[in-house]
Amino acid sequence: MLKLINRYGVVDAQGTDGWITYTGDASAIPVGAKVLLPLTEFREFAGTWQKHVGTHGALGVLLTPADDPSLIAGELGKLALIAIDFPAFTDGRGYSTATLLRERYRYIGELRAVGDIQRDQLFLLSRAGFTTFALRDDQKVDAALAAFNDFSSYYQHAADRFVNPDVLPLAA
Amino acid sequence: MYQYTAFDQKIVDQRVAQFRDQTARHLAGELSADDFRVLRLQNGLYIQKHAPMLRVAIPYGLLNTRQLRTFAHIARTYDRGYAHFTTRTNLQFNWPALAQVPDILAELATVQMHAIQTSGNCIRNTTTDQFAGIAPDEVVNPLVWAEIIRQWSTIHPEFAYLPRKFKIAISGSTHDRAATQVHDIGLVALKNDAGHTGFRVIVGGGLGRTPIVGTVIREFLPWQHLITYLEAVLRVYNRLGRRDNKYKARIKILVKESTPAQFTEWVDAEFEATQNGPTLLSQAEVDRIAARFTQPTYKTLPQDDAGTVTFAAGNDEFARWQRRNVHAHRVPGYAAVTLSLKRKGIAPGDITADEMERVAALADRFNQGELRVTHEQNLVFSDVEQRELPALWRELQALGMAVPNIGLIGNIIACPGGDFCDLANAVSIPVAEAIYDRFEALDYQFDIGELDLNISGCINACGHHHVGHIGILGVDKHDEAWYQVTIGGAQTITAPGTGAAQARIGKIIGPSFAQEQIPDVVENLIQTYLGLRERDDERFVDVVARVGIEPFKERVYAEVD
Repeated sequence: MLKLINRYGVVDAQGTDGWITYTGDASAIPVGAKVLLPLTEFREFAGTWQKHVGTHGALGVLLTPADDPSLIAGELGKLALIAIDFPAFTDGRGYSTATLLRERYRYIGELRAVGDIQRDQLFLLSRAGFTTFALRDDQKVDAALAAFNDFSSYYQHAADRFVNPDVLPLAA
Repeated sequence: MYQYTAFDQKIVDQRVAQFRDQTARHLAGELSADDFRVLRLQNGLYIQKHAPMLRVAIPYGLLNTRQLRTFAHIARTYDRGYAHFTTRTNLQFNWPALAQVPDILAELATVQMHAIQTSGNCIRNTTTDQFAGIAPDEVVNPLVWAEIIRQWSTIHPEFAYLPRKFKIAISGSTHDRAATQVHDIGLVALKNDAGHTGFRVIVGGGLGRTPIVGTVIREFLPWQHLITYLEAVLRVYNRLGRRDNKYKARIKILVKESTPAQFTEWVDAEFEATQNGPTLLSQAEVDRIAARFTQPTYKTLPQDDAGTVTFAAGNDEFARWQRRNVHAHRVPGYAAVTLSLKRKGIAPGDITADEMERVAALADRFNQGELRVTHEQNLVFSDVEQRELPALWRELQALGMAVPNIGLIGNIIACPGGDFCDLANAVSIPVAEAIYDRFEALDYQFDIGELDLNISGCINACGHHHVGHIGILGVDKHDEAWYQVTIGGAQTITAPGTGAAQARIGKIIGPSFAQEQIPDVVENLIQTYLGLRERDDERFVDVVARVGIEPFKERVYAEVD
């Protein structure tokens, strides 16, 4: 079962926290929904979608590994969620995307890792600035939560310093 | 050498615990072979032909005797009593059991060692000059910078899943002994006219399937920006490097396909946006890391030791060893000594547990308890008093490590090849042995003069065959192992005209050969060279540069036919 966690526990046992991913069929998205849009859809029809979801709903963007985050840099205020897809955990582009969103564009909202998300990458994903994690369905929640503490310290500055209140000090 | 802080120790210990858990989950069937594969590689563990192979990092080639003794202990307890030094100054155990690897890593951690990022698509162990800190031609000591890079690259959250492996080399001398032009990033530490330290940054060099000499993308990067700039290069590569084809995934392909000018523009834009941020290095940080390095202590000694000079005058064998295996030192009265791991009947770079302990005892006695590993798969004692050279020489003779073949054809560089490695098309070690035996006579080796001979069992080029003066590459033709021969490659050669030192990729002389033909082929290459050289000090590679490959080709194929 897909589960959505943050570093403190389960956010949503259904794995989505109520977000609906738009896959081409607008009639599947109710008025007032929280809708996750592909980058091109958001860039072309953000205004239309804002009207559709209204003040009770929300907009998010789902980025593929190849998507350039600079394309939404000026519109981060419209977004309640940015999700970055990892089609395979070995595709590390999402780590740079996350870093750019946090470090360069100063996005401080929810940043979600989706796709092939396993416990063994959670520590790094968290350090790169992700705050929620849609676990692959075979993953155990307790073990996954423990993985945030795989290391108690590290050598580098990273993008989590903007969003993680528990961020640890650097080497000294 | 660098001494861990409690902080460094903790990271390594926690990495062991993390991998122990991953291994346990894999063995319990909870972590699939595919998912585990990537994790184990980033901890140095391959699953090879016969057994797993564990590659241990020797950061920038520095080792103390406690660590070497621990290698000996591990080789005996968990392996078959020996290990192998690699061309990237790491150490490989060839026969550990998967379930015991976490225990091996825990043993290593007790002596400040690890196997983190020795494999996988991540930033690997940074390599440097084996004479760093002691070379008379050194401008900037690269060791502290190498440690700064080690720390920065260790478990870096953004760069753990790159398109492909990533290797950084750093040199600080006028003569580049770290092959900086054939690495993903090569750094040359230098001083500008104002006397400030900085780095020349070279990107996109490499061997493997597409051998390329790297491009200088920054002539002088002030040291404060080192990490920021490395991150800029890595970020561009991580985002834009090809992931659709593993043979096109190295940064050199990105640099080449996008053009060096475009690539530099991307990096500069990234650097522009990130410079003077949190990755800016401060003098205090550099000093803090530098202060963790123990330094050798030196006595005040005369430039040359009279006793050793006299001994050499009366002992040709010693004099010969001194000529090839003893190297100049910046401190008067001291020398660096290469222990040759190119011995008859033994695979290049291999060493037994007993030998490790004997070498450790010698390093304690003659070299202040430290030693170094070279990318030519030998060991170096970096701070030997010249008056001790005769005594050290006798001890090394007893170990078989006083063979005076450094820089000569006997100093064959070879990957483990098909005897051990899953990737290999062909064996390397038996080819090395056949060549070694053919050219065993030292008079002949000295007559031939300086010659680098490199053997790789496949196109991954772990034996660095492209930069061998003679390079031999195992290739697969219709499921049979054949060997392709290149000549004229060099780690560094003086460019005609400009006089600049540069790396050069060797040229293929023609169709490949059967294994048993190789000693004759090499012999014919050598004979051609001896016939063509104009002076005794004109090296093989110089003659190839002067006359081209044709005369060599003609002779070799005439003899084969």
